[in-house]
Amino acid sequence: MAYSEKVIDHYHNPKNVGTLDKSKTNVGTGLVGAPECGDVMRLQIEVDETSGIIRDAKFKTFGCGSAIASSSLATEWLKGKTVNEAMEIDNMDIVEELNLPPVKIHCSVLAEDAIKAAINDYRLKNGMEVLELDEKKH
Amino acid sequence: MSLKLPIYLDNNATTPVDPRVLDAMLPYFTEKFGNASSRNHPFGWVAEEAVDYAREKIAKLIGADPKEIIFTSGATEADNLALKGVFEMYASKGNHIITCTTEHKAVLDTCKHIEKLGGQVTYLPVQADGLVDLVELEKAITDKTILIALMYGNNEIGVIQPVQEISKIARKHGVLFFSDATQAVGKIPVDVNKDGIDLMAFSAHKMYGPKGVGALYVRRKSPRVKVTAQMDGGGHERGMRSGTMNVPAIVGFGKAAEICQFEMEDEANRLSAMRDRLENSLLELEEAYVNGNIQHRLPHVSNISFKYVEGEGLMMGFNKDIAVSSGSACTSASLEPSYVLKALGLGDDLAHSSLRFGLGRFTTDEQIDFTIKAIKSTVLKLREMSPLWEMYKEGIDLNSIEWAHH
Repeated sequence: MAYSEKVIDHYHNPKNVGTLDKSKTNVGTGLVGAPECGDVMRLQIEVDETSGIIRDAKFKTFGCGSAIASSSLATEWLKGKTVNEAMEIDNMDIVEELNLPPVKIHCSVLAEDAIKAAINDYRLKNGMEVLELDEKKH
Repeated sequence: MSLKLPIYLDNNATTPVDPRVLDAMLPYFTEKFGNASSRNHPFGWVAEEAVDYAREKIAKLIGADPKEIIFTSGATEADNLALKGVFEMYASKGNHIITCTTEHKAVLDTCKHIEKLGGQVTYLPVQADGLVDLVELEKAITDKTILIALMYGNNEIGVIQPVQEISKIARKHGVLFFSDATQAVGKIPVDVNKDGIDLMAFSAHKMYGPKGVGALYVRRKSPRVKVTAQMDGGGHERGMRSGTMNVPAIVGFGKAAEICQFEMEDEANRLSAMRDRLENSLLELEEAYVNGNIQHRLPHVSNISFKYVEGEGLMMGFNKDIAVSSGSACTSASLEPSYVLKALGLGDDLAHSSLRFGLGRFTTDEQIDFTIKAIKSTVLKLREMSPLWEMYKEGIDLNSIEWAHH
């Protein structure tokens, strides 16, 4: 299977690999996937408390090139968005941007789940209601 | 000499045709194009003679009589013919076949088909090193057992089953022994008489011959074995496999067998030294493990799991330059990781993290040096990117985490 150029570029030059301090109240962490399934994504956001804007985003991913690219792209998109705007990111946007083939759509779903899990972790830490997430099929 | 990329280390999937094999084949496409069954003119005689010569060389490589070689389109067809052919031919004796869980799909799926036809199949588990337990094998035999089907060398991990012990058990109970020796023939000495094999499948394209031709060895003496044809027609191959002989491919198969006969020993020594160097260098990485028994193993194969990195992601780091194969689910259409590695008791995570290296006749030391460097640096890079590696380094037990399975 050939990868799209964008996937290859994210794979070789991943954006925002790293770890944020998960003990901080303005950091939300989402850990999704499972080692048995061959994909684990950890996505973190650091939110500016006055503006609600995501100041920083980091990821670490165990998975194939498409999973790495999906999470790398997600961190790029998250930065500068408000938490509410970030909720709007849809996995199909990732599929389109990276030209993911049908067998790799689950990588984009996982990235969307990771974003929502990170936001929910942030909301929980800050006394906000946890959002109901509609389960997407992986 | 500068290193030419990409490097091919997937010789268990297929091997390139040796130029000497190609040279032998070429005349049989054009001026010597006859049908080997045309008994009444020189075109047919020339083709028949070439097929006979090839048959002799192939038989010699496995210690058989030329009359015991049935040409097929490849090992998959030979597997089908052996299993279905014995099941049909020996129906009056019984309907039970014993095989194991790490066999090739050509054997496993054929066995499943036989089950639908009313056959009974026992799929023996393997031990953690990939070998079958001989006590369990003998225990599985019933008065309905007609065939033991166990492979010679495994395609994913290279583990060599104890064929001589298996055949002793088969003989003792009057059961036929079939072995898929696709990965072993031409790589290590295989002798159907010393090994006590009654039927054996193998293929040209795994031993530097062309694709599209293989053979089933069918024993003619003590015991005389017969299989029911699965392809009806002109009654070629002693009635066991009809269809016009693929003369150029058979000529190539014969030449490939002849070369293996002469060069196998030196080649095995050279490849196992290179394989060991590759393996030992890669095992310098933390949390890297060889899969399968390393004493009873094909000389050119190594299967290694690099924990906390995913196989397909790993391959992407160098697959422009190096061709290997992975047990990761992502490399196959199914979402399941390698059933062979899982049969060894590996967790899905380790199965997802595996690479298979298959060295070959044209592998060089420079290629191995390049591969070691590329794989080591990619593993290190991906571990820096892996949340599992970070958790491992922090001393977190990954089993203590409640993963969201999907």
